[in-house]
Amino acid sequence: MAQKSRQMIDPAEVNGWGVDADPRNDPTYPMRNRAGDTKGGMDWDRPPLQRADIEVLRSMEYNRRPAVFGTSSAPSGISGMVRRAAFGYSESDWRHWLMLLGADRINMVEGIVEDLSRGHVPNLPAEMGMGAEWRHNRDGLVRKLAIGAGVVVVAAALWGRKDHHRSHARRPLRRLR
Amino acid sequence: MLAADYRGPHRVRASSKPEPVIRHPRDAIVRVTRSCVCGSDLHLYHGLVPDTRIGMTFGHEFCGIVEEVGAEVTNLKPGDHVLVPFNIACGQCHFCKQGLFGNCHESNPQATAVGGIFGYSHTAGGYDGGQAEYVRVPYADVGPTLIPDWMDPDDAVMLTDVVPTGYQAAEMGGIQMGDTVVVFGAGPVGIMAARCAWLFGAGRVIVIDHLDYRLDFARRYAPAEVYNFQAIDDMAVFIKKQTDGLGADVCIDAVGGDASGSGVRTVLGKKMKLEAGSAIALHWAINSVKKGGVVSIVGVYGPTGNMIPIGNVLNKGITIRANQASVKRLLPRLIEHVREGRIDPKALITHRIPLEEISDAYHMFSAKLDDCIKPVLYPNGGR
Repeated sequence: MAQKSRQMIDPAEVNGWGVDADPRNDPTYPMRNRAGDTKGGMDWDRPPLQRADIEVLRSMEYNRRPAVFGTSSAPSGISGMVRRAAFGYSESDWRHWLMLLGADRINMVEGIVEDLSRGHVPNLPAEMGMGAEWRHNRDGLVRKLAIGAGVVVVAAALWGRKDHHRSHARRPLRRLR
Repeated sequence: MLAADYRGPHRVRASSKPEPVIRHPRDAIVRVTRSCVCGSDLHLYHGLVPDTRIGMTFGHEFCGIVEEVGAEVTNLKPGDHVLVPFNIACGQCHFCKQGLFGNCHESNPQATAVGGIFGYSHTAGGYDGGQAEYVRVPYADVGPTLIPDWMDPDDAVMLTDVVPTGYQAAEMGGIQMGDTVVVFGAGPVGIMAARCAWLFGAGRVIVIDHLDYRLDFARRYAPAEVYNFQAIDDMAVFIKKQTDGLGADVCIDAVGGDASGSGVRTVLGKKMKLEAGSAIALHWAINSVKKGGVVSIVGVYGPTGNMIPIGNVLNKGITIRANQASVKRLLPRLIEHVREGRIDPKALITHRIPLEEISDAYHMFSAKLDDCIKPVLYPNGGR
């Protein structure tokens, strides 16, 4: 027997219950209207082609470029070079996606450089929404900052001790000379 | 104009950008009045989607007022109030003709696997999105739909993605009268999938998540039985105990690659990117559905690969159904549901935020602050 849930709901009391029930809903219908299936492959009347006045990378799985495309952020810089190389592999090849992820990370650094080159110092805490964190999770933010500061202090102390040991370890060598 | 400006993982700001222009005879320019932040925007925000370039404007759930139309757009005119489906679809390719408007073959040069989507990386076509004062809308003669006079714009903007995606999740489940449906994820789409499961005749609807405030919302809104997975030792065993030992008839993955619930998968998929996100919700769905059952996937994953128990899919004879929602196909029925009061989309909106505060909106949604379920941005003061 199924466990009796204390939360059990009577479907008959739910507004609209069963109004879209369809016993014919099989695993392909109604997602796919086979009546519209064009058996001839890519022979449909194409929309007019958008003029390409920026660089648009194209999946090698297409035998022609789709009619329209977005014009946001054309590939540029080092990340652009990596993206162009990535499109030398198909969507089925992991290298394609891993190179694009790598390009995204490079692009992030390029974005900061671009900001600075325009004289804009990005306000990282603001861009990361720390205002909302301060308003709605002040204790958590303070705790995170305290932990972060603690980690920095401990790391600095360990680094200092390491330097201290190094300087002690070097002395005998000098005496040997 | 003011627009969202992606600067890297966990960083977005509102910047001044040039206004979009007509680039194709079937384009329109829309002045945005409302634009949601979607759970799938968080995959971009977290850096999980390849080819997400710095400077892009996100936003695929928006409505607004037509400002200008291209030469071949005859069904819209400046001044029309429209809701704009998140899919960019030509309406005449092999796939659009079959009603697969999420799979258009004439809208995304960068990938064949997915059609164009507004503001969703270059993997989805490289289109700037609607978290801006103005947006270019390609194939404006196909997607944009006039908002009925009686409809609240807050309802309309939810019909661009959340409602159709939740509805299609239930539809793809092939739910039959009396079926038990388990929805993994109590985000806006999961809550809507649970609500819509009833419309298809479900006999029980169960929602699983780890955030109590969202589960409480789902319990009241859907309505649904709700369970916090942090209190469950083994999901498959739990669901089987709930369903006479057989498993659920239908399981819906409404989470995708940002799922919590497995430390190992979080490290492998979300931190190290060795998987296309964490697929724990899908893992649970496959192992919790009964033999011969249906797993419906609307949660978004990256394009690489995930560890899932595919052997169980075979041995249990499971049908997996998945797709980006075909918004245009579903809109007439969904508008009817809203008019009849069966679906109340705007009730999901918990935060209304000016576009200028987009950084805080993203962080609030991502960090689940202030019991956030659905934030909506209001460019142009919402007018």
